[in-house]
Amino acid sequence: MRLLDTVRFAAGAALGAPLRTALMALAMAIGVAAVVILTALGDGARRYVVGEFNSLGSNLVIVLPGRTETGGLGIGGLSATTPRDLTLEDAAALLRAPGVVRIAPLVVGDAEISTAGRLRSVFVVGTHADFRQVRQVNVAQGRFLPDEGLRHGGNWAVIGATLREQMFGAAPALGAHLRIGDRRFRVIGVLEASGQGLGMDMDELVLIPAPVAQAMFDTNTLFRILVEARDRNAIPTVKREIERILRARHDGESDVTLLTQDAVLGTFDRILSALTLAVAGIGAISLAVAGILVMNVMLVAVAQRTSEIGLLKALGASAAIIRRSFLVEAALLSLAGAAGGLLIGYAGAAALRVALPDLPADPPAWAVLAGLATALITGIVFGVLPARRAARLDPVEALAKRH
Amino acid sequence: MAQVELAGIERIFHLGDAEVHALRAIDLTIEAGEYVAVMGPSGSGKSTLLNLLGLLDLPDQGTYRLEGRDVTSLGPDQQAAVRSGRIGFVFQSFHLISRLSAAENIALPMTLAGIPPETRDARVRQALIDFGLDARADHRPDQLSGGQRQRVAIARATIMQPAILLADEPTGNLDRATGHEVTRLLEDLNTRGTTLIVVTHDPAMGERARRRVLMEDGAIRRDERPTPP
Ligand SMILES: Nc1ncnc2c1ncn2[C@@H]1O[C@H](COP(=O)(O)OP(=O)(O)O)[C@@H](O)[C@H]1O
Ligand SMILES: [Mg+2]
Repeated sequence: MRLLDTVRFAAGAALGAPLRTALMALAMAIGVAAVVILTALGDGARRYVVGEFNSLGSNLVIVLPGRTETGGLGIGGLSATTPRDLTLEDAAALLRAPGVVRIAPLVVGDAEISTAGRLRSVFVVGTHADFRQVRQVNVAQGRFLPDEGLRHGGNWAVIGATLREQMFGAAPALGAHLRIGDRRFRVIGVLEASGQGLGMDMDELVLIPAPVAQAMFDTNTLFRILVEARDRNAIPTVKREIERILRARHDGESDVTLLTQDAVLGTFDRILSALTLAVAGIGAISLAVAGILVMNVMLVAVAQRTSEIGLLKALGASAAIIRRSFLVEAALLSLAGAAGGLLIGYAGAAALRVALPDLPADPPAWAVLAGLATALITGIVFGVLPARRAARLDPVEALAKRH
Repeated sequence: MAQVELAGIERIFHLGDAEVHALRAIDLTIEAGEYVAVMGPSGSGKSTLLNLLGLLDLPDQGTYRLEGRDVTSLGPDQQAAVRSGRIGFVFQSFHLISRLSAAENIALPMTLAGIPPETRDARVRQALIDFGLDARADHRPDQLSGGQRQRVAIARATIMQPAILLADEPTGNLDRATGHEVTRLLEDLNTRGTTLIVVTHDPAMGERARRRVLMEDGAIRRDERPTPP
């Protein structure tokens, strides 16, 4: 029997039982739609996070004290032993490395702040004027910290948007005095509201010059140093240079960890890709359920068409022809269901994008192909048993069956 | 060499513990172009014999030589090929596929055999004309009368130009007039050379056949050939 004739015959047989066919195609469609929508969601989340990270600037190298083997995430969570602290002198030395454009040292700590009777605890970050370009923060009012070099600084403070709201309300913040710990600062700038970034809430912190922060927290160490490379390609050189300079300054010991956005991003990327795969797997389970339904429905079809199978054998059909015709029928049903599922899935993903405009919820091509292939393979695999049963029917008994 | 040679055929069905001896010690030789009526009471083994001749069933013992070839030892695929090319079946209950049109039903054996559509279409068109069905080509079986359905079935059985036409009570579901019409159609085919083996209860048809095989209890009781004039 020719392939085209087999397909036409199988399609006719499928359409001969519209309800059965529709049910089976629907089951397949739901499975494929689940794969498409779930992976669109997962991959959308991944691309959203990656996009956000890239907007932070990918030329950044973060220097942490202590050696750690985990090259990925770990803001605030790194508990590597600290054989030698990072100092402002280290930071100043890094500025001389080729390929380095700017650096921003970070000194962090919690402190009480108060103004006009309001009091709360805040996260204080001591840094340098270049922090603004390195982290690409925007100033909403006033100005950022002035460039006073790395070793000097006045009692200036730049505060986050939420903090301004809480500490000053409607009153003007610029030029106002703020007590942080036991020192008095003048507010010279307010940051634009921006939200979370690199593990700290930029809207709720206070930025002051690094040497002032060190004095306040009675330390001469740095939490970390942010180093901005000339461009992405310069990063390997910059990392090598940082290693070399700090090893020289630390008695020949490599006791720092260098993080790049790439590494952080890579971690997120891996986590979210795994999540997407897991979610696709859940969708695939519904496809397997659809497969079992396909098998049962095809078994019913074989039972209902027993006398037809007997006739086909009497007319000279070999077992292979009958087997193939039922397999093709199962495959066609799966394909029809998969096509319907793609439609539903794309519609669902479009609805997601409308509901969550920030999320690029496009079904990834690999998931669409995998969903289609799984549907087809499921249909055929679960069609094998019914097809073999049909092919093995005894023609005389089959012909004797009433339809 | 005879077209059909059955020797020592036994066919036993097992129904639980009981054994049904559907065919016993059948020896039968049929020449090409013969017209044979198989007659006998219900349950005497006529259908079993026909199924065996059509390779739908296999004997438990004995040999069946078709056109000189021992067909009982063939594999299932080869047997299917023999059914496809050499044998045509006509059933009492027509056995048309209800979702296919008359033309598609007639074409089915050719479709199964992988004959290209152009050849199929030409032959089906001719068959529709030959069997007076040209106005019914696109009708489905439930839009046809009993006589038309059986004509479609006969057209289908002969579309591959088989050597042997096997008909199991082909007029059993038809009224007298339509039955006669179908009988004449089958006899025409026989006149043009196809071997015709018909199971029938109709004594008139039995009379017309040039040879009558009378069965009883799975055995051939009498094999009546016309006395040469
Ligand atoms: N598949 C079968 N299983 C068991 N017994 C059968 C089967 N087919 C036929 N028989 C028995 O074999 C005998 C002959 O049947 P059959 O050839 O159909 O007779 P006829 O066509 O002459 O009426 C009957 O007794 C019938 O019950
Ligand atoms: Mg019978």
